[in-house]
Amino acid sequence: MAKVTVYFENIPYSVDDNLTILEAARACGYNIPSLCTFKNGECSVASCRVCLVKVEGERRLVASCAYPVRDGLKVFINDPQAVIDRRTSVELILSNHHQDCQTCRKNGQCELLEVARRVGAQPDKYKGEKTPVTIDTLAPSIIRDTSKCILCGRCIERCKNIQGIGILGFENRGFKTIVSPVANRSFNNVPCIQCGQCTLVCPTGALMEHSEIAKLDAAFKEGKYVIVQTAPAVRAALGEEFGDAIGTDSTGKMVAALHRLGFYRVFDTNFAADLTITEEASEFVHRVVSRTPGPMLTSCSPGWINYIEYYYPELLPHLSSCKSPHEMMGAIIKSYYAEKHGIDKTKICVVSIMPCVAKKYEKDRPANSVDGIQDVDVVLTTRELAQLIKRSGMMWKKLPEERFDDDLIGATTGAAVIFGVTGGVMEAAVRTAYHILTNKELEPIEFAPVRGFKGIKEASVVIDGSEYRLAVCSGMKNAKVILDSMKAGTCKYDFVEVMGCPGGCVNGGGQPYVNNLFKPNEDDDIMETYIQKRASVLYKADQNKVIRRSHLNPDIIQLYNDYLEAYGSHKAHKLLHTTYNQNREKYPDEK
Amino acid sequence: MVLRKEAVKIIKDICARYKDEPSPLMLILSDTQKEYGYIPLEVQEIISAETGIPVAEIYGVVTFYSFFSLTPKGKYVIGVCVGTACYVKGGQNVLDKFGELLKIKPGQTSEDGLFTLDALRCIGACGIAPAISINGKVYPKVALSAIPGIIAEYRKKALEE
Repeated sequence: MAKVTVYFENIPYSVDDNLTILEAARACGYNIPSLCTFKNGECSVASCRVCLVKVEGERRLVASCAYPVRDGLKVFINDPQAVIDRRTSVELILSNHHQDCQTCRKNGQCELLEVARRVGAQPDKYKGEKTPVTIDTLAPSIIRDTSKCILCGRCIERCKNIQGIGILGFENRGFKTIVSPVANRSFNNVPCIQCGQCTLVCPTGALMEHSEIAKLDAAFKEGKYVIVQTAPAVRAALGEEFGDAIGTDSTGKMVAALHRLGFYRVFDTNFAADLTITEEASEFVHRVVSRTPGPMLTSCSPGWINYIEYYYPELLPHLSSCKSPHEMMGAIIKSYYAEKHGIDKTKICVVSIMPCVAKKYEKDRPANSVDGIQDVDVVLTTRELAQLIKRSGMMWKKLPEERFDDDLIGATTGAAVIFGVTGGVMEAAVRTAYHILTNKELEPIEFAPVRGFKGIKEASVVIDGSEYRLAVCSGMKNAKVILDSMKAGTCKYDFVEVMGCPGGCVNGGGQPYVNNLFKPNEDDDIMETYIQKRASVLYKADQNKVIRRSHLNPDIIQLYNDYLEAYGSHKAHKLLHTTYNQNREKYPDEK
Repeated sequence: MVLRKEAVKIIKDICARYKDEPSPLMLILSDTQKEYGYIPLEVQEIISAETGIPVAEIYGVVTFYSFFSLTPKGKYVIGVCVGTACYVKGGQNVLDKFGELLKIKPGQTSEDGLFTLDALRCIGACGIAPAISINGKVYPKVALSAIPGIIAEYRKKALEE
């Protein structure tokens, strides 16, 4: 790549020639405030006008996010007029903003508030009409509040370009402009998969997860047996909310915090991930033996389930019928666990701590209940758990390291913990499918071709003389490629793992926000590497486990011996498998 | 609402016309508005399926330009210019008078389906301000007192047809 010399405040710097002023400035150590650009290249509509700088030779200030560098370019960030105009831009954005900052859940992580503070903006400098208000609380996963939207367009770009869906768009004109699903509908009444990727990029509180903390409080108040489980990806990111470096393993402190929050039992969803693997791998083997046309598609990610139901219902027969791990966990807690301990299952409240917002929707699906009792009652995101811990007054750094409760369903394996990253489910399934088909163990245990962060990864495994072709993808834009090839009849895979969010659950819609504005001590390229850093926590956890194959989990073996009888048994089907909706209406009439 | 087969064909044909255009949306919407009369959500869904452009983006364009309409337009579309020159010459009063007599607001269609009232931004007839245009026919220097007569003229025309 060619280099050019750019001057910031008259000091020469050598930078890549394909950057914008904003990107070059960051590389050289100047963080120009901006509210619309997000990561290099993602969202560049230059709508917020906060990143104005003076460029020698230009008559007016320029938006640094949309101005390419060239050799000899002289940029003045600290020019007096630029300082004033950046402040004015923010003051104009504030002029029609709701400004209920004290009670806004985004407070502390709000980019608008932080940038306003940095540029010294006066909140009431310009008084006028406020943005039209729509508050959508109908969707179980995501809430939308247009009174806090600054029309930056980041969510639109994320949904359209990264997920390939395009639920959100600019609507109307002039002062009435809003960012919204079509016709200002609720996320519930459009084919939104509720993955929550939009909530990760929103600079304000306009798009957030639908909080269920009040539901949890009510369950405690009612005196229920409140049993909590945590997904693998949560431990790879929770510490970030308390200032830990990205890529810190938070398992011990997280469990300690959950014990102190008063939960009756603290379980690891990994147990149920192992159960998912025994069920899913045996389903795969059954499909292979019965020569069912492939590929089989994994079913752990509720955003992905929404996607295939809305956009490719004709391919639903390919989807594994296995419930996702936390649903299986809920079903087992309210059957096997409750019966063994003589607890009335209607008195149990199962709480899932998830990196995901779509799980909030998933738990309410009628097919995810047994005999009319919902498997999971409350789903909280990683961010909501952090909120709970902060509320309780616990000091994160003083929390000890504790272990998950070991009570019937406490054992977990290394195969389960990698469920939180793209390729993990496939790797775990291959370890167990190999065993079911050959009665031997796959060596080496690490299955490298499905690791890494390429959008679509291909691999093949030879089991007992037969070759099986595998694919792994994450993000719906990549899933679409595989689904289209299935429709066209050119898909050559036998087994495909799909995760809704790019990179898998470690980058789920419920995970802590990553934004270099709030991460001054992380690496410069943290926006590009945080997914990898979180994933490495999980791969390390797998490595450190003594048992790394799901079918060797002693509590799983006990569960099948004592209760479920066999992989894919009638009882296993009743508790652990689900059904899908062939006729999902894309635009139902609004309620 | 489920569209008739013929309607779906019209929309698909329009999309096919512009399949080689690098940016076909405005052309498709413009033809759809002319040939189908309006562009409801169901029609936008077909255009989205044919072009791969998300429905939200199409909806954004339809609601941005006042030329496009989400609801059926009346038999006669009365466009009242409120561009700068017409506004100075009383265009707003003309618009208000039409609204009062037809009992509709700009953008709406009268209950009998005969009239749609639109506020336009400069139709390039500043020399004859305030101007209106009814189904393309331009009326110069419209006086408030002439408005009842203009409406009556079109009511009569509708009866005759």
